Amino acid sequence: MLVCAGTGCRASSSDMLYKNLNKELKEHDLQDDVQVVETGCFGFCEKGPIVKVIPDNTFYVSVTPEDAKEIVAEHALKGRQVERLLYVDPVNKKHISDSKGMGFYKKQIRIALRNCGLIDPESIDEYLAADGYEALGKVLSEMTPEEAIQEMIDSGLRGRGGGGFPTGVKWQIASKVEGDQKYVVCNADEGDPGAFMDRSILEGDPHSVLEAMVINGYCIGATKGLIYIRAEYPLAIERLKIAIRQAREYGLLGTDILGSGFDFDVEIRYGAGAFVCGEETALIHSMEGERGEPTFKPPFPAQSGYLGMPTNVNNVETFANIPVIYNKGAKWFASIGTEKSKGTKVFALAGKINNVGLIEVPMGITLREVIFEIGGGIKDGKKFRAVQTGGPSGGCLTDKHLDTPIDFDNLIEAGSMMGSGGMIVMDEDDCMVSVAKFYLDFTVEESCGKCSPCRVGNKRLYELLEKITQGKADKEDLDNLRNLSMVIRDTSLCGLGQTSPNPVLSTMDNFMEEYDAHVEDQRCPAGSCKELIRYEIIPENCVGCTACARNCPVNCIAGERKQLHTIDQSLCIKCNACFEKCKFNAVAIV
Amino acid sequence: MTKIKSLADLKKKKEDLQSKIALREKSDTPEGRVLVKVAMATCGIASGSKEVMEYMVDELDKRNIDAIVTQTGCMGYCYAEPTIEVKLPDQEPVVYGYVDTRKADEIIEKYIRNQELVDGIIPVNYQTIEKDKEE
Ligand SMILES: Cc1cc2nc3c(=O)[nH]c(=O)nc-3n(C[C@H](O)[C@H](O)[C@H](O)COP(=O)(O)O)c2cc1C
Ligand code: SF4
Ligand code: SF4
Ligand code: SF4
Ligand code: FES
Ligand code: FES
Repeated sequence: MLVCAGTGCRASSSDMLYKNLNKELKEHDLQDDVQVVETGCFGFCEKGPIVKVIPDNTFYVSVTPEDAKEIVAEHALKGRQVERLLYVDPVNKKHISDSKGMGFYKKQIRIALRNCGLIDPESIDEYLAADGYEALGKVLSEMTPEEAIQEMIDSGLRGRGGGGFPTGVKWQIASKVEGDQKYVVCNADEGDPGAFMDRSILEGDPHSVLEAMVINGYCIGATKGLIYIRAEYPLAIERLKIAIRQAREYGLLGTDILGSGFDFDVEIRYGAGAFVCGEETALIHSMEGERGEPTFKPPFPAQSGYLGMPTNVNNVETFANIPVIYNKGAKWFASIGTEKSKGTKVFALAGKINNVGLIEVPMGITLREVIFEIGGGIKDGKKFRAVQTGGPSGGCLTDKHLDTPIDFDNLIEAGSMMGSGGMIVMDEDDCMVSVAKFYLDFTVEESCGKCSPCRVGNKRLYELLEKITQGKADKEDLDNLRNLSMVIRDTSLCGLGQTSPNPVLSTMDNFMEEYDAHVEDQRCPAGSCKELIRYEIIPENCVGCTACARNCPVNCIAGERKQLHTIDQSLCIKCNACFEKCKFNAVAIV
Repeated sequence: MTKIKSLADLKKKKEDLQSKIALREKSDTPEGRVLVKVAMATCGIASGSKEVMEYMVDELDKRNIDAIVTQTGCMGYCYAEPTIEVKLPDQEPVVYGYVDTRKADEIIEKYIRNQELVDGIIPVNYQTIEKDKEE
């Protein structure tokens, strides 16, 4: 019997259930025949606690500690399922007796990550055994470039690097432009704070990206591929190098690939980890040895890219999807997802969430399912506040967006964006003004400085936010904040500046009352802005244990043993140590 | 290494590799062979999967257990790193999370030797795609 001991189920007493099951088994003298094992989260927390019985794959949901008796007496002893605890199929209202057929509780579908965690990334043989390079073989020997591009268009795949541009259309454009030497570029810069989807794909399945790049080359008539990867990803680089070497040895890169007469080879280029170098024009300049600064589009890379030649840029995850599309068909791929966003998206789930990790979900899933089921809910039973998607270019979504199906267009409509897939969850202790400030800090640091709205404007935005978090701002500052945001958005040269005000605008749209509290009452509702909070000792609760005083780094807490302690506000640096150390709830943040 | 020269070549190579892998899982001992995969992406290594991998290789060898230990990429359970997958002959693979050398020892002694499950199983929470078939 597998009992879920994930945080979600534990919160609804799965540990008691675990104890009770063991106790009941002992009473029936079954402890040597049936084993009770604690597991991690099943990704189905909403219906927790979960008990799965193997080998018959019975899946019990919402099991209470009291149910242990019946499960042991019926299932363990007599081999009869406890019907009332079985999961009820929401569609046909039937009890599901064998969880093998319960694919729908598994909210994740792994397409881009299909081989990650399954094959050895340093072995091309394992990739080949998992249908590797078969899509390439098929495309080279059975399809014309036009047919292969059409397949891409029909699949509905859109770029996973942030913009969501239809990949097939992009290839078609690049294929039609004339050029002596065309290039395929893989964008592995991955600069969003907290994002590691592309790194994980390159570390877990580098060949899938190589295979897709060769297909891309065949489609648009390019014979050279370049992977632009940040030097901070040493393991990904190492595995890519091994993969390239192996693919060359097998003749899957090089000349006359699979006897088709088509030549293609791949080189790695290193980036120094500047966020703006993920922008495709800046990336190309960086590879040319120029400064990593964006230039105005048009001309698009397809018209004039690397060394002035037609260049197709796609993201790592976009590429990772491609071999499967040819193996299983465009129709299959287009059957997953929403009307305008097909397939799946990989997200790096982080922040105040129980199951931090890498997930791949079909487009159209709701934030609620991602956060409260796959993600296992909010840490420490706190309240959900917001979720940030799209990194520094995105925005914060709230309660009211929890049931919005996630896809490219819905996220933009909700004031955020898909971005490359960072998803940071925030709870009641996070101050939304500070969150906006955090991203602005990042943007100010990463702005390349080429154009003034972004270089100067973002700095001013940051200063305004700082003023607000210090309680020194007035109403006019709020108006200025919004106006300046609009100006930066409308007048910046590249995507970085055009989207940098999004964290400000979206938090203003969704959490205006928090801005108002900072400005009108000099109060931080989340209790996180240092200038606006005070630590106080509650006399009724303080037992005089001295823990706070001993841990105060500036020795500003006075008080004898077993006596009431007091804080000298003029010296306090608001380090939070006393709050953390007091076991008697006697330190309050006011 | 010989080059693969055509699609037919590629398909043949794949079949060879697949049967080789199937054979490897069977092995010649009556108990069959144990397969252990260690998640070795950046986050796994940062939480100690390298030590776990070395420990597994050394200890399985020392304790005379016929096993193959390989590395793999991110399984997605970053919160539970280091993670390893253990596949006993003729059984579904089982993933264990939060594996340190102590846990690894427990897994070897209890699960691998006696097929007795150990706490800390991470249930598979995603669907995989049928790779070969066109639908
Ligand atoms: C400031 C900025 C940063 C970007 N960073 C990345 C990145 O790290 N990785 C990426 O693939 N695309 C990034 N992009 C998007 C690229 O410009 C480009 O659209 C993308 O690589 C195209 O690939 P796709 O169509 O497969 O998404 C960034 C764009 C901007 C404006
Ligand atoms: S918007 Fe910012 S990052 Fe982009 S070109 Fe202008 S200064 Fe550089
Ligand atoms: S730690 Fe809490 S109870 Fe102890 S002296 Fe400080 S305030 Fe009082
Ligand atoms: S917040 Fe830090 S500095 Fe202030 S009283 Fe508490 S321990 Fe001392
Ligand atoms: S299903 Fe049990 S904690 Fe998620
Ligand atoms: S990188 Fe280890 S599980 Fe994600």
